Amino acid sequence: MGSVFVILQRFLPEFLKGTAVTLELTAVGILLGFALGLTLALMRAYGSKPLRIIAIGFIELFRGTPLLVQLFLIYYGLPSLGLTLSQSVSAYLALGFNSAAYQAEYIRGAIQSIGESQMTAGRAIGLSRWQTIRFIIMPQALRLVIPAWSNEPISLLKTSAVVFLIAVQDLMARGKRAASITYNPIGSYLAIAVIYLVMVFAMSALLKWLERKTKIPGFEMETEAA
Amino acid sequence: MPNPILVVKDLTKKYGDNIIFHDINMTVNEGDTDVIIGPSGTGKSTLLRCINLLTKANSGQIWLDGEEITAPGYDEDEVRQHVGMVFQNFLLFNHLTALDNVKIGLSKVKKLKDDQAEAKAMQELDRVGLADRAHHYPGQLSGGQQQRVAIARALAMDPRIMLFDEPTSALDPELIGEVLEVMRKLALDGMTMLVVTHEMGFAREVSDRIIFLEKGSIVEEGPPEVLFYTPKFERTREFLWKITELYGKKESDS
Amino acid sequence: MDVGRFIQYIASGTAYTVSVTLIALPLGLFLGLIFSLLYVYGGKVLTRIMSIYSTVMRGIPPIVLLFILYFMVSGNINLSPFWAGSISLGIVSSAYQMEIIRGALLSVSGAQMMAARAIGMSRMRAIKHIIIPQAFRMAICPWSNEAAIVIKDSSLVYALGVPEILRRAQLISASTQQPFLAFIVAGLIYFMLVFVTNRLLDGLDKRMRIPANP
Repeated sequence: MGSVFVILQRFLPEFLKGTAVTLELTAVGILLGFALGLTLALMRAYGSKPLRIIAIGFIELFRGTPLLVQLFLIYYGLPSLGLTLSQSVSAYLALGFNSAAYQAEYIRGAIQSIGESQMTAGRAIGLSRWQTIRFIIMPQALRLVIPAWSNEPISLLKTSAVVFLIAVQDLMARGKRAASITYNPIGSYLAIAVIYLVMVFAMSALLKWLERKTKIPGFEMETEAA
Repeated sequence: MPNPILVVKDLTKKYGDNIIFHDINMTVNEGDTDVIIGPSGTGKSTLLRCINLLTKANSGQIWLDGEEITAPGYDEDEVRQHVGMVFQNFLLFNHLTALDNVKIGLSKVKKLKDDQAEAKAMQELDRVGLADRAHHYPGQLSGGQQQRVAIARALAMDPRIMLFDEPTSALDPELIGEVLEVMRKLALDGMTMLVVTHEMGFAREVSDRIIFLEKGSIVEEGPPEVLFYTPKFERTREFLWKITELYGKKESDS
Repeated sequence: MDVGRFIQYIASGTAYTVSVTLIALPLGLFLGLIFSLLYVYGGKVLTRIMSIYSTVMRGIPPIVLLFILYFMVSGNINLSPFWAGSISLGIVSSAYQMEIIRGALLSVSGAQMMAARAIGMSRMRAIKHIIIPQAFRMAICPWSNEAAIVIKDSSLVYALGVPEILRRAQLISASTQQPFLAFIVAGLIYFMLVFVTNRLLDGLDKRMRIPANP
């Protein structure tokens, strides 16, 4: 344990740079994933049949394969189709697409829990289908989705650690460098594990706070019957 | 000479400073059906749980068939085999059929051979009139049927005494009758029973003694005709009047 | 190189992927089951320890944990990357499986335990005959999810040099200059593995379901 502390001290500036990269990856991944995930959820819930099939195909393929495969496909595979992307852009896209598939399912779950009656009520006062979705259903769904959705940033933060395999200089990459310099892999990886833990705890506290802030009493998604 | 099956002496239960009941003394004789009545929240359920040691009393003693089961080191699991318990919410094992619910105690606790356990379980189901529902799961049975299976499950262990904790209060009115009927039959067959209930018809008709519990202690006890018509205390009269008003209508409906 | 041999080469990594999963998943289940029982029925101190284990293990990225455990395991015992990686992945999964089983144990209510005790069952017997059979059924669905995660996470042992699907895809993409095709094929194999696993467990769930249970 002593060596963990020594490594933390010696590589702290390095690790903090890596931490910044990791947080950046997570933030970009979440935002991109949210924009795309929301689109996919709407396509799946309200789209025409071809749109639904495209959405389902995207969601299932990205949830059914490892992130690493998606990352390698984008970084190593796309250039052979004439599209060369930098390491960071590849990482952003892989994390964003991957997260979109999961976020889409969370949002769809919330939309479903609102049910048809709100749509009927919206149409009954003369709103169009899209107006009802935009002004009645989505405001409710996006609030309901928060508790389930709040797993996603933490999950993405953790999965982002694989991008060091395409040489993105995130926290994991810095840990690996520390391991090769010190010949102490266990101590080095434990050191960055501590930093990851701190990030996860902080993020989870933040999300809990957000959850409390946005909660409307008596308005919650039915917890799935156990 | 009456033979006391259950003797409770100075039993007290509290959670922290909150006294649930204190210094309870009672005796249930062999073949008797005693009914405990009283307002809700007076510790009736807790008393039953203490008697079969599901909850530990703070002080006092309990004898079952002349043996002190509250003595230190006494085997609780052994005690519970001889004290049948029927819960308000049935508490059948959800993953087992009616037959297996009755059978599991026989095969896993009493260690009977499979065919013996099965035969005995079937016999008990028959006793509560549910032999034809043997292979149904709890979710496929009505509340009344579930409660009758629960009674059969307790009876299968050949208990010396049966404890009933408001066995009909979770049931729809039209299902209460079938459960009371099974209990009435049991009483007539000579089973020793201690029943917590609000069913005054049952209490008046079947019980040998009624115990009125209020605010954690016994106010009055005696044969039903005495308690119903010439109670010593005004509180007893008031409670009986209220409860008959509340439940009497339901009873005449069913 | 023709496409048939291409696919065959990548698919031959499937044996490794499946083996890694078949070691990690049961190991995680075994540990997870024990840990969750200790968590739920183990008393205050054990509950505390298990809760810390769960929080810490699930708070560290699987790849970081895999590296830590890999170097710990292979530093103490002389094991191939395949074995050390599989065991490490199993330990990573144990914390997640523990939470799944714990949730299932807790959702079988305390009332079922009381009913079992009331007919004279000991605590251990009640856990074995009443609680676990019901918890098992409830755990199948979330467990199927975890199985898919372990299949996908088995790709992480790529980083340890185990010649599983992803490693093979990378090798052949380098030698054939066809990276896109290589990783598409790898992805499809993973997808099929996940799909089949989910279907099998779905079938198990349907078969084990208790009729009319709420």
